[in-house]
Amino acid sequence: MSDSISFSKAELERYSRHLIIPDFNIEGQRKLKAAKVLVVGTGGLGAPLLQYLTAAGVGTIGIVDFDIVDDSNLQRQVLFSIQDVGRPKVEAAKERLASLNPHINIVTYNTQLTSENALDIIKDFDVVADGTDNFPTRYLVNDACVILGKPNVYASIFRFEGQATVFNYQDGPNYRDLFPTPPPPGLVPSCAEGGVIGVLPGILGSLQANEVIKVITGIGETLSGRLFLYDALTFETRTLKVHKNPDTPTITQLIDYEQFCGIGLDKKSAFDGDEITVEELNQMMIRGDKFHLIDVREPYEYDISNLGGQLIPLAEIEEHVNQIESDQPVVIHCRSGKRSGDAIKKLEKYGFQNLRNLKGGILAWADKIDTEMAKY
Amino acid sequence: MATIIIPTPLRKFTENQSKVVTKGDTVQESIHSLTNVFPELKKHVLNDDGSIKQFVRIYLEDEDINVLDKEETKVESNSTISIIPAIAGGAI
Repeated sequence: MSDSISFSKAELERYSRHLIIPDFNIEGQRKLKAAKVLVVGTGGLGAPLLQYLTAAGVGTIGIVDFDIVDDSNLQRQVLFSIQDVGRPKVEAAKERLASLNPHINIVTYNTQLTSENALDIIKDFDVVADGTDNFPTRYLVNDACVILGKPNVYASIFRFEGQATVFNYQDGPNYRDLFPTPPPPGLVPSCAEGGVIGVLPGILGSLQANEVIKVITGIGETLSGRLFLYDALTFETRTLKVHKNPDTPTITQLIDYEQFCGIGLDKKSAFDGDEITVEELNQMMIRGDKFHLIDVREPYEYDISNLGGQLIPLAEIEEHVNQIESDQPVVIHCRSGKRSGDAIKKLEKYGFQNLRNLKGGILAWADKIDTEMAKY
Repeated sequence: MATIIIPTPLRKFTENQSKVVTKGDTVQESIHSLTNVFPELKKHVLNDDGSIKQFVRIYLEDEDINVLDKEETKVESNSTISIIPAIAGGAI
């Protein structure tokens, strides 16, 4: 198929460093130009992935994301600049990538990948690169790729640690062979909660781009059947074997992945209790109401911004039960409202009836009450 | 006497240690030796019946213990056991 692909003088000059690699040459470049790659997630991993795939000359690149560019993205999402803050990520990404390489076609999907749209979006692409940030979407991307028979080039990161592999390639293992079930909600914090060193997605996303190029061109040996691990703190790397698991059920249809990952259940229980809005809390403070404000984040988060509440990190909340007032309203907050919901669940076991969760956490406070407050 | 490599998400339960030298002749004994020292780690790696949870993988060197002798896989004094958790970060 790629024999019919030709290049302009400008393209030949642009790709000349590829063309002179003996194992790659113009045939590899033709395969890249003929290829259609879908990048799911335009964040830390998506930034290097998209830039290298664009620069390398992948003919059609699809981008799926529903988010907008935020100040806190710029620490690692090197695709974006200050001027992009507030813009849809796919729009800003397309503009940047088009200026990097006008010879390719960029297709954007300003939407969340869901069980309803995933098969439709993925079906027209040859390879998927998963740069998402949560377990439900990881399983969704995997299952859709298995159903459609598409290779899924995978990387994920947490703090200083990264994982990369190629799933569902040439009858190799898929994500469910490695991790049949997701961890319970809250066990593994997201990067938004747990943090990530900004360079790490740059490293893992670049490795991912290289695997995509290998899958498309057929050169070298991909990471299919192998899991690459990188510890940026110790600079240790390991490559482990991944096998197909005979117990993995056959995937024939997409499911409710939030439910599969226990997210919906968790959300429901976290918000079963009384909530309080930042506006209501502000009024309580202005009126001088008597109440106990507890902040269940970590000390290093408290140092970035706080509301003056008593700091009791979520993991220590049960050790400090005796410090929590039972005869006045207790307002508990965290960054976004999730951990405070978990704290309330833990405390309710001790019989507290007076706990209220600050809806949207300190982020909502920074958005609506004190816009000078630093968000993170 | 294997060394167990602790992944980042679980280091908060091992006083931030990334490697722990354990006692025992099998993977199971090594992991129990680890969770005896750091009991908080137990519920994140083992089920109540002592089996390995499905959302973590245990490796001896570069091989999944599921294709060896599972928890009964023998270890040597210079063996390295890895606990591999699912992590999902990337976009945010």
